[in-house]
Amino acid sequence: MEGREVVLPTVSRVALCGGTHGNELSGVYLVRERLKRKVEEEEHISVVTVMSNPRAVQQCRRYTETDLNRCFTHATLSGPVTDKTPYEIVRSQELNTLLGPKGSPEAMDLVCDLHNTTANMGLCLIAYSDCDWISLHIYRYLQRQMSDIPVRFIHFDLPLNEAYSLDSVGKHGFAIEIGPQAHGVVRSNILSTMQEGVQQMLEWVRLFNSGTPFEGGKVDVYTMVKNVDYPRDFETRGITAAIHPQLQDRDFCLLRPNDPVFQTFSGETLKYTGTEPLYPFFINECAYYEKGIALSLARQRSVGIPSIRSEREGEQGKRKSSAEEMEEEEEIKGEMEEEGYQKLMEYGEESDSLNGQYK
Amino acid sequence: MCSIMEGREVVLPTVSRVALCGGTHGNELSGVYLVRERLKRKVEEEEHISVVTVMSNPRAVQQCRRYTETDLNRCFTHATLSGPVTDKTPYEIVRSQELNTLLGPKGSPEAMDLVCDLHNTTANMGLCLIAYSDCDWISLHIYRYLQARENNHHRDSSFWMHFLIRVELPYSLDSVGKHGFGELIGPQAHGVVRSNILSTMQEGVQQMLEWVRLFNSGTPFEGGKVDVYTMVKNVDYPRDFETRGITAAIHPQLQDRDFCLLRPNDPVFQTFSGETLKYTGTEPLYPFFINECAYYEKGIALSLWSNAASPSPHMALAHSRAVPDRQETRADTLLRPEGARWTGAR
Repeated sequence: MEGREVVLPTVSRVALCGGTHGNELSGVYLVRERLKRKVEEEEHISVVTVMSNPRAVQQCRRYTETDLNRCFTHATLSGPVTDKTPYEIVRSQELNTLLGPKGSPEAMDLVCDLHNTTANMGLCLIAYSDCDWISLHIYRYLQRQMSDIPVRFIHFDLPLNEAYSLDSVGKHGFAIEIGPQAHGVVRSNILSTMQEGVQQMLEWVRLFNSGTPFEGGKVDVYTMVKNVDYPRDFETRGITAAIHPQLQDRDFCLLRPNDPVFQTFSGETLKYTGTEPLYPFFINECAYYEKGIALSLARQRSVGIPSIRSEREGEQGKRKSSAEEMEEEEEIKGEMEEEGYQKLMEYGEESDSLNGQYK
Repeated sequence: MCSIMEGREVVLPTVSRVALCGGTHGNELSGVYLVRERLKRKVEEEEHISVVTVMSNPRAVQQCRRYTETDLNRCFTHATLSGPVTDKTPYEIVRSQELNTLLGPKGSPEAMDLVCDLHNTTANMGLCLIAYSDCDWISLHIYRYLQARENNHHRDSSFWMHFLIRVELPYSLDSVGKHGFGELIGPQAHGVVRSNILSTMQEGVQQMLEWVRLFNSGTPFEGGKVDVYTMVKNVDYPRDFETRGITAAIHPQLQDRDFCLLRPNDPVFQTFSGETLKYTGTEPLYPFFINECAYYEKGIALSLWSNAASPSPHMALAHSRAVPDRQETRADTLLRPEGARWTGAR
């Protein structure tokens, strides 16, 4: 990719969303303060600030009837609305009108959705694509600018038509997830970190839009492989173990075969039975008990990113739809793979399956 | 405050009937899982002691919420316990009266000898026993026993322990028994169970029951001195005048610093615009419940406590020895110098 520069449209319209889960308070207070200060128009960029789920925020609960951040699939967004439709589904369609429509040229250029987790994850950008150069360059910029907290990129390898979260409504999008913080609590240091993250992100967008080129290189990403549920009682489905003390708070520390994972309530240790060492995250996230997730496991990969800059005046071709942009990104990614930008997997095994990873 | 009792031996009835309660707040999971496991293993009769294990608020536990309509652990005042019940009565008030029938009635000779209620907090408080009296010798001796066992443990993560005394009219579940206290462990996010916190609570409960067994079998326990903290006041978040929304968070230099002395002019809050707000009181006090999730709605950012260590350093305990088969009657208790909470003017 040496010397190849990708030219992309400016990221002129940005949406900043908080309170998608009403008890994840960093985003709630960050959005509240921005709405109070009425910050909207800034140089080179227009930012819309949104409180995604006001009803859940008011009750300080994750959701009132159903998890809003699972309501942004094309199916749910285009479903019929009646008196009986859950509040969050009605709200997802409102947000899709406001920030989308998802998949259309009118959608926000960038949707950034703010979250907290009870897991010890530091700051994570979470996205569906590992070749959205805008998101990956923002990630790299945040990593370099923010020294107080580890910054990582988590890639959920889902095709866009299966993407279910709010950030998938924009042409580009990701969630910023910061932990650990108990739900319903606001910790000063975590809020400051989120404020800094948002500032740096908007700073990058401003620089990008004003024509600053950003050099390519390599970044580490964590690609989601699978979720692991708690051991459960056969009849009641109640959990019968907690995360083992030696795994608790060790997000992104490599989990090897036979490492302890759970400690049953009668004191027994249950070990990792997988054959592949993987990186755990969302370890003991409160909201995931009901979703059957004790922890998630990921592979770490090195991803090459091209140099990018924004379109200049006169360079503007027709506005591409998300699908067309994605096609081009996949093409570039393919080229980069051929040029050997993909590193071997962490534990040293060369694997044919690496080629099969990208659907 | 009770008078010092150096050298004096106190003889008390056995603590034969103990109630262990969890899930009083449905999302404080250490107590929920501890109680679930005990109920599964059907542990009840043990030597010298009979233990009733209770899931206090099953509806809230099932929904993993603190409460469904009103905070159960504020429903145990005499007024609420004796109030009328209709179709419209909140679930928790109905439940408090059921629990009072099961474990009380509060203030009567039939009440459980000891009620221990299990809780968690998001505050960095370690292990705390919380009671209403500074001269309930049973509770204080249990605390001292737990402390001594903790000090003997060589573990990576040992827990600080404190004994807290509330000054309000007793409103919580533990006030139903003749003796009682809340056992609180933090920090743990609500809705989450952390192995090490659960183990600590299990150990604390074991040791408490062990003390009761020893006491009931006639073992004397030597007197001594105990540090206690007495509630002085609560401090609310600064709030927006119109919306009543909070306008600041606990300052980073105070966050997680429970039971570290707060001095005049120490930082307390950091506003969302970055300004530091300082402690304006004149008396240095000890903060607890710093940034407890459930207290935002109760208007409490932290609460401030005084240490009984100042000016008189310690609380003296007398020797206590159990006398089996002695039924304590109302008349007897009125003569007890320490003035147990549930006697006297009520």
